[in-house]
Amino acid sequence: MQRSRFVFSGSGGQGVITAAIILAEAAVLHENLNAVQTQVYGAEARGGSTRSDVIISDSEIFFPKVTQPNVLVCLTQESYNKFSRILRPGGLLITDTRYVRTSRTVDAVQKQLPMYESALDKIGNPIVFNICMLGAVTELSKVVKLESLRKILEERVPPAFLEMNRRALDIGAELARKSEA
Amino acid sequence: MGGNLKFVQGNEACVEGALYAGLDFFAGYPITPSTEIAELLASRLPKTGAKFIQMEDEIASICALIGASLTGCKVMTATSGPGFSLIQEGLGYAIMAEIPCVIVNVQRGGPSTGIPTRVHQGDVNQARWGTHGDHAIVALTASNHQDVFAMTVEAFNIAETYRTPVVLLFDEVIGHMRERLVLPEHGEIAMVERLKTSVKEGVDYHPYLPREDGRLPMSDFGGVHRYNVTGLYHDMWGFPSDDSDVVDGLLRHLMDKIENQAAHFPKYREFYTEDADCLFISYGSAARSARHVVERRRRLGERFGLLELQTLWPFPHDIVKEKTAGARYIVVVEMNTGQICQSVRLAVSRPERVFLANRIDGVLITPTDIQRVIRLIYGKGF
Repeated sequence: MQRSRFVFSGSGGQGVITAAIILAEAAVLHENLNAVQTQVYGAEARGGSTRSDVIISDSEIFFPKVTQPNVLVCLTQESYNKFSRILRPGGLLITDTRYVRTSRTVDAVQKQLPMYESALDKIGNPIVFNICMLGAVTELSKVVKLESLRKILEERVPPAFLEMNRRALDIGAELARKSEA
Repeated sequence: MGGNLKFVQGNEACVEGALYAGLDFFAGYPITPSTEIAELLASRLPKTGAKFIQMEDEIASICALIGASLTGCKVMTATSGPGFSLIQEGLGYAIMAEIPCVIVNVQRGGPSTGIPTRVHQGDVNQARWGTHGDHAIVALTASNHQDVFAMTVEAFNIAETYRTPVVLLFDEVIGHMRERLVLPEHGEIAMVERLKTSVKEGVDYHPYLPREDGRLPMSDFGGVHRYNVTGLYHDMWGFPSDDSDVVDGLLRHLMDKIENQAAHFPKYREFYTEDADCLFISYGSAARSARHVVERRRRLGERFGLLELQTLWPFPHDIVKEKTAGARYIVVVEMNTGQICQSVRLAVSRPERVFLANRIDGVLITPTDIQRVIRLIYGKGF
């Protein structure tokens, strides 16, 4: 398989790092692939810009950071401004319509999806925004199966919140499918 | 594989290794980037009846370790640079009193509180010489989670075998990065249990009287034997002595048990070392970047190799000398201003062929950083 490099960026508290971990974990535990996940830590618990890198491959991964992602996710204007230029030519850029106004045309497939709004409208709780994003990323990048992510959600999410997360994943995937149509 | 396959941080791999080795006492004070070790053990240890204590600082932590170890526990603490500085005093005591213990230092940037959330490898020489007085020390490291697990188990084995503190020098990238870990089954990795005295209750026990093979059987403190433990030079009863023969004999014993065994336990990994024109020497997270470059160059038919050190102290002079013999250039890749580079220069013949590729700004050294140094050496890009 082609080695896939993801960069998830946004603001602390949006669940960007959790989403990255779930993706990488799904690849390792349920698809027999290798994955490494790293993040740039700041001292803040909330706010500030956060970034998490994921590399998924069927071979061994040495240098664990991503310099040029195939898939870049930006959930804030700040992260878009900062990272949009590092995207690999021909890559995939996913932004959220509520938070990001794209200003440049990059040599990439650009998807501006209303992930935050959809999570809020259909579920009523923006806390699953990150899982909605993960559904869209998974559907568009096709590196791991949605089913593998569902299994990780079942393992990680407390029962009371599981259904909400499952729905968010499906909503994200649906947004992605519509954007492809 | 199944349930044994995990996707974890390096800090968690260290916890799994410690539990596999039979850790039953942890005392520590949480500090970035080692906090997850304390956090996870706080939840895991009590479930098996083992003890977790959060101490008021790292001086107290190492002292608690020493006491608990004497009572027969396998003990560990985890910290980072600032805490490791505080640990030095107790570390010296543990060396002198020959107390088995494991000290994890997940390195961040220093000196002082430095840069807490970023990676450095600046404590390598502190691990060697941080505590005062002539002494020997064992320090191990790893570049991936399977090895973090294995080195943690190894640290406990060495601590018990030689009655010595062992330092595990990880770094922020390894501590926080997540990747696969396959937990070995019980019995898969050989375990060294404490050598306990066969001296019965009511019979004199000499805590510092070596057996034929040089090992010192222990008696659980607070058990059936009464004996003295001190940081002063001491005789076979453990009582202070300023007799020159006692002082000379004890210091030589403390040095020799580690330094003379060095040939027996250096751990390392090697990749394409046999015909390397340019040989990298690296360790910890920096070794991942070095390996990245080596694999890429090899695909292009260029003779690059990597010697990844896992035992940093005692420094594996003989291994380094042997593996570098045929290399035209030796590039030490590390994230400090040349702490291991210095030891490599002392170990190799023709030290003028040793170069340093480093980064000290809190960012993991990249393959590009290393290739810039290669360009300087060879006078061309690749």
